[in-house]
Amino acid sequence: MLELRGIVKKFGSVIALNDVSFDLEQGEIHCLLGDNGAGKSTLIRIISGYYTPTAGSMSFEGEAVRFESPGDALNRGIGTVYQDLALVPLMSVTRNFFMGREPYKQIGPFKHFKRRYAEAMAAEEMRKIGISLSDPTATVGTLSGGERQTLAIARAVYFGAKVLILDEPTSALGVRQTALVLNYMLQLCERGIAIIFITHNARQAYAVGTRFTVLNRGRTVGTFVPTEKSREELEDLMSGTRELVGMLKTATTG
Amino acid sequence: MGLAIVLGLFLSIANPAMFGPRGIVNWLEVSAQLAVLAVGACLLMVAGEFDLSMGSMIAFSGMAMALLIKFAGFAPWLAILSGFALALAVGFIIGMLRVRTGLPSFIVSLAFLFILRGVTIVGARMFNETTLIGGMQNLKHSDFVAFVFGGRVLGGLFNWLASVGWLAKLPNGQPVISGVQMIVVWAVLIGVTAAYVLNGTRFGNWMYATGGDANAARSSGIPIARVRVLLFMFSAFCATVFATCQLFDFGSADAGRGLLKEFEAIIAAVIGGGVLSGGYGSVIGSMLGALIFGIVSQGFFFTGVDGDWFQIFLGVVLLGAVAFNNYARKRISGGI
Repeated sequence: MLELRGIVKKFGSVIALNDVSFDLEQGEIHCLLGDNGAGKSTLIRIISGYYTPTAGSMSFEGEAVRFESPGDALNRGIGTVYQDLALVPLMSVTRNFFMGREPYKQIGPFKHFKRRYAEAMAAEEMRKIGISLSDPTATVGTLSGGERQTLAIARAVYFGAKVLILDEPTSALGVRQTALVLNYMLQLCERGIAIIFITHNARQAYAVGTRFTVLNRGRTVGTFVPTEKSREELEDLMSGTRELVGMLKTATTG
Repeated sequence: MGLAIVLGLFLSIANPAMFGPRGIVNWLEVSAQLAVLAVGACLLMVAGEFDLSMGSMIAFSGMAMALLIKFAGFAPWLAILSGFALALAVGFIIGMLRVRTGLPSFIVSLAFLFILRGVTIVGARMFNETTLIGGMQNLKHSDFVAFVFGGRVLGGLFNWLASVGWLAKLPNGQPVISGVQMIVVWAVLIGVTAAYVLNGTRFGNWMYATGGDANAARSSGIPIARVRVLLFMFSAFCATVFATCQLFDFGSADAGRGLLKEFEAIIAAVIGGGVLSGGYGSVIGSMLGALIFGIVSQGFFFTGVDGDWFQIFLGVVLLGAVAFNNYARKRISGGI
């Protein structure tokens, strides 16, 4: 449903992405793997409309698209949950949940924010995924890390995300909360939502992924299904060359 | 809370004349002037920005209107409209510079603090011999728009109060208060509207989000550039309301007007609970901050204490308010 061809992104003279191709099918969890600085963040920021690519083409649901702003991608049904979660700690759960998409009623020149309605909806959505909010006006700053993560994902899904980009959703979580998040991702796939799962944890990628794309230094190394490569091979590809791994091994053992 | 205690202490030692009818109208007007500016500063602060050019903008737009009336033969209403258009355009430019260059608004608006002050002085000298243009006392009655800024309201009420003996009269039979300056009406109008927009509208949520975390706001599809530019225009608008009221009330424009007002506005917003790092603030709080500021500054005047003490008081209150707000922010944001 989403296809990228020959994507190039330059920041001045720095080439962050060089000829990257990527595709995503409905209901799959496509893991995007790579070391720090491999270009994962740049790639997802292009898909989510945060950056416009220097070159290359993108199509969504069979149609060529060009996103000029995150709003464009959101309107198409591409929801992104960044590592920073795009939550504002000083704002209430409700204000965060509806941030940028506030339900409103036109009153004269003003777009009146329907706060009561928003509060009820936010509490309801959070309850559905098993978080009971005693107070929807409590600030996000008072939530736990896992609660914030699920709030951010639930928000993207609520606003009709057909494609969900999750940027290292489990990196800051403990084992138990990680399992909850991964489980929630599998549930979403069954509902036909496609997920791009950015991680550098190959173990988690194997646990839930249907396909893997490995990036290294701004290039695609390749796209694989789990049966094609072992976890060790995948980890080698992620961290760079086998030679480098070998060198490190000799360095640490000898 | 702490401010209420300070205020209470202060009121207990203040001269009772301050709370006579004339005293009340006096500090109400002083507070209202600052409140108009404080509301502009507060909304900007919520969105994470400062406008240090507000004080210079007061002189600039007031002078622009006076020059248009005196040297271009504009009717007051047309001069007022032109002055507002000019101020909004400058606000737009400041906002665009902030957004496009990505420089902190502190720097961009600081530059305009000097630019606008300079343009005002140079412009005044170019047409007028001095940087003061006077002799416009009667213009406020020349048309409705001028009256809306320079007139006085509630004159009838005070006349009636005086006629039934509840208000003292001057020797000539007129009540001691001839009316309340329009700036008070403007302060209430702007304050109520801004408070509603901040807490009751979609745009208000955008302001909180922009100031709370600009990246989060942007990736949620909020047009943060538009939010910022509009708020710089709003603060220019507030400064111009202040300037227009002064121009038509005093009947003069002076290139030296509005000095340090930008800081007073920020102080009032901070006393009212605004957080300097953005993302939190209260319009009603800022209005109360301006009220406290007005009462205390006039209080020094009425009690006969050397007015320079006021500055020391102000500095201490500012420090206290910032420390308290910072603590409160950490509590509600989970230590971030």
